[in-house]
Amino acid sequence: MSAPFSWIRPEPWGIHIVPADCWVDPGRAVDKALVTHGHADHARGGHGETYATPETLAIMALRYRTGAADDAGEIPHKAMPVEYGETVRLSGGVDATYIPAGHVLGSAQVLLEHAGERVIITGDYKRRADPTCKPFEVTPCDIFITEATFGLPVFTHPPIEDEMAKLLQALTDHPDQCVLVGAYALGKAQRVIAELRAAGHTQPIYLHGAMEKMCRLYEEHGVNLGELRLVADAEKNDMRGHIIIAPPSAMNTTWSRRLPDPITAMASGWMRVRQRARQRGVELPLVISDHADWNELTRTIEEVDPTETWITHGREEALLRWCELGQRKARALALVGREDEDE
Amino acid sequence: MEEFAKLLEALVYTSSRNRKLTLIARYLRETPDPDRGWAMAALTGEIDFPAVKANTFRNLMKERVDPVLWSLSRDFVGDTAETASLLWPDNPAVETNAPSLAEVVDTLSALTRKSAPAELPKLLNRLEENERFALIKFATGGMRIGVSARLAKTAFSQAFDVPVEEVEEYWHALDAPYAELFAWAADGGDPPDVMGRPMFRPFMLAHPLEDVAIDKGVDLAEYAAEWKWDGIRVQLVRVAGETRLYSRSGDDISATFPELLDVLSIDAVVDGELMVRGDVQGGETGSDKQGGAASFNALQQRLGRKTVSKKMLAEAPAFVRLYDVLLLEGADLREQTWEQRRAALEAFMPRLPDSHFDLSNLVEARDFAHLAEIREGTREDAIEGLMLKRRDAPYIAGRKVGLWYKWKRDPLLIDCVLMYAQRGSGKRSSFYSDYTFGCWDGDPDSGAELLPVGKAYSGFTDAELKKLDKLVRQTTLNRFGPVREVERTLVFEVAFDSVHTSKRHKSGLAMRFPRIHRIRWDKPVHEADRIESLRSLIRD
Ligand SMILES: [Zn+2]
Ligand SMILES: [Zn+2]
Repeated sequence: MSAPFSWIRPEPWGIHIVPADCWVDPGRAVDKALVTHGHADHARGGHGETYATPETLAIMALRYRTGAADDAGEIPHKAMPVEYGETVRLSGGVDATYIPAGHVLGSAQVLLEHAGERVIITGDYKRRADPTCKPFEVTPCDIFITEATFGLPVFTHPPIEDEMAKLLQALTDHPDQCVLVGAYALGKAQRVIAELRAAGHTQPIYLHGAMEKMCRLYEEHGVNLGELRLVADAEKNDMRGHIIIAPPSAMNTTWSRRLPDPITAMASGWMRVRQRARQRGVELPLVISDHADWNELTRTIEEVDPTETWITHGREEALLRWCELGQRKARALALVGREDEDE
Repeated sequence: MEEFAKLLEALVYTSSRNRKLTLIARYLRETPDPDRGWAMAALTGEIDFPAVKANTFRNLMKERVDPVLWSLSRDFVGDTAETASLLWPDNPAVETNAPSLAEVVDTLSALTRKSAPAELPKLLNRLEENERFALIKFATGGMRIGVSARLAKTAFSQAFDVPVEEVEEYWHALDAPYAELFAWAADGGDPPDVMGRPMFRPFMLAHPLEDVAIDKGVDLAEYAAEWKWDGIRVQLVRVAGETRLYSRSGDDISATFPELLDVLSIDAVVDGELMVRGDVQGGETGSDKQGGAASFNALQQRLGRKTVSKKMLAEAPAFVRLYDVLLLEGADLREQTWEQRRAALEAFMPRLPDSHFDLSNLVEARDFAHLAEIREGTREDAIEGLMLKRRDAPYIAGRKVGLWYKWKRDPLLIDCVLMYAQRGSGKRSSFYSDYTFGCWDGDPDSGAELLPVGKAYSGFTDAELKKLDKLVRQTTLNRFGPVREVERTLVFEVAFDSVHTSKRHKSGLAMRFPRIHRIRWDKPVHEADRIESLRSLIRD
């Protein structure tokens, strides 16, 4: 009998499940990968067998062509769909169960069981209600491997209704302008649109071309986004008084010149800190995040109540300190390549 | 408090100067007295609560938040007020009901260092996050939200459609919350009665004169020429026996030059150059270039002191070289022509002691060629150049085209505003020692922006570098790696050899060998030069 939990080994570029020779969210191409969700820092192309929820696999298929070698010559992955609640048996006596993480469409925590020991890898998660994905489920385990993107007590995300009200108010106050909302193309954009619809905003919403396919994919998975139009197809003046959604990277490019007097908004958890917003030239910060805030992170650890907490990425120092103050055993893994600047 | 917090929040996220002006003007129109007056006091940095400092809040936080979590948070956020406002526990048991600014002022003024730690939490508990941020900024001063005192006053003048120079003039005579100022500007009341107070009157300023302008027909016969002395511009004011000395930006520097406070025996407001005695500028007293003044460096030893030793008074005695008179024994001479004021000044001189005053000589020249020759000769005499003043011009505050010119000798000099600072290398790697500065792309009071025109990392002493580094850290607006964007507060007089057109820079020009000629701690940024002045020097 080997030492407890020696079968699970964190490496800088992913978490290795030794007996199954399988990796969770690996940062380089491997033969067998478990992927928590479709964001690029977790789901990369080029793996052999890829275990993920059908939604995540659909998202990956959008980004990385499957079935044939792609232009970059990457090995096409073999999709291994796992439904929420379904357990798959990997080699070496390891069971993997996919549990909703509440982060984006298809996002999952992965519960790993081996030799009577239970480990959960959360990927990214949040605890707030989100009309575009299934809510996080608290599941008991021995080792809880959590993210900590917003692991500082200054990060408390306000209710999303407040942020929607701010956005709609800006639209009312400036009927001759438009509001350009920077939002991550996968997840954040669709959530913002769905929340706008929930707040009673029925006007068409204009999209940057890079958003189109992902929005369609969400709709195919039953998320109703209302009337969407492409900026590329619109006349400048028709967009006055409307909301435009674009990936943050497009906001200060020449693309934005086709918009009528845009007020620059950004939907991100980082907007909680004024300096961050100012650095990006944001005039209307919207504190909207798909990650757990400080209170959600600490509450989740308390509810899951593991014997050990491992922290994959983010501001792990503060969360480690919090664990220390509560006499909880914890360690930081410092995985590389996991930073959500545009979150 | 609620509205003030909203204003600050909006200002934080606005980079356009015009939008800032609109926001402040709207606030001033919509907010009742005395709150709007207190807000103005906060925006212009004229508010101080001795019992409340940034450290007071830091200590409050450390009682409530684990010190490690506090410092990790503070490091990430980069601002103590913001970190504290974010971390202050929302107390659902307490109904938030923000007090008015006036109530906040009452509470804060009544605090002592001892009572503050118990009283401040009660105030904070009544507020929401952005109001807490506003409160802490308000209480500790130093808003650092990219709004200068000048901008706030300009917004005031826009809000009520009154001339900014008048606002500026009254401002220095009144105290927060400026009830008389609002009564006049907002409610159409009488102008504040300031005649009886020893207040500052905004200066009349000069444009740089370029050779181009001479060709375009500035007629020398219409102008009087004077030497341009290298001291500091001052205004000495005496009303009802009380004398004050003001610097170029309207700061009261009386305490720095006590020897000038009891030598003006008549009620008057006079304008001149403050220097210390010596024989560098223009040589010995009574030389053909007037002489009798030490270098600017000698004067610099005396600047910025709150008290002055006897030794210093003896070694570097100050005097004022007068060139204008604004008020004299109750009469306002500003509407009169320069010639009339000069005559009044000359007649008035015998009543002033030679020990502390003299009259700035006029320079006679047949024509511009002759004057240019004279100007070239100023280099050896350490005189900055020449001033040209239109003989029939009244004394008009600000910088009106065509009335006063400064005609500096080479090297070319221009006043720029510090915009960015970067860490140096080697010995200077812990200092922000490389400075990027800019000029206005139009009239700064009607919404012009600064455009970077050059970069310099020499021309200052080690002591000055320390001071600059401190200023950069204290006024940081943004960080981009090793570069900090700073609030626009400091003017550099930049010397350079030549200027050329350049496609690489947004301003369209590039300076050759720019170096910092002098740090103008005394000069308000809106008086810095415009791009067009620099452009007119291009000799490609
Ligand atoms: Zn993610
Ligand atoms: Zn992530």
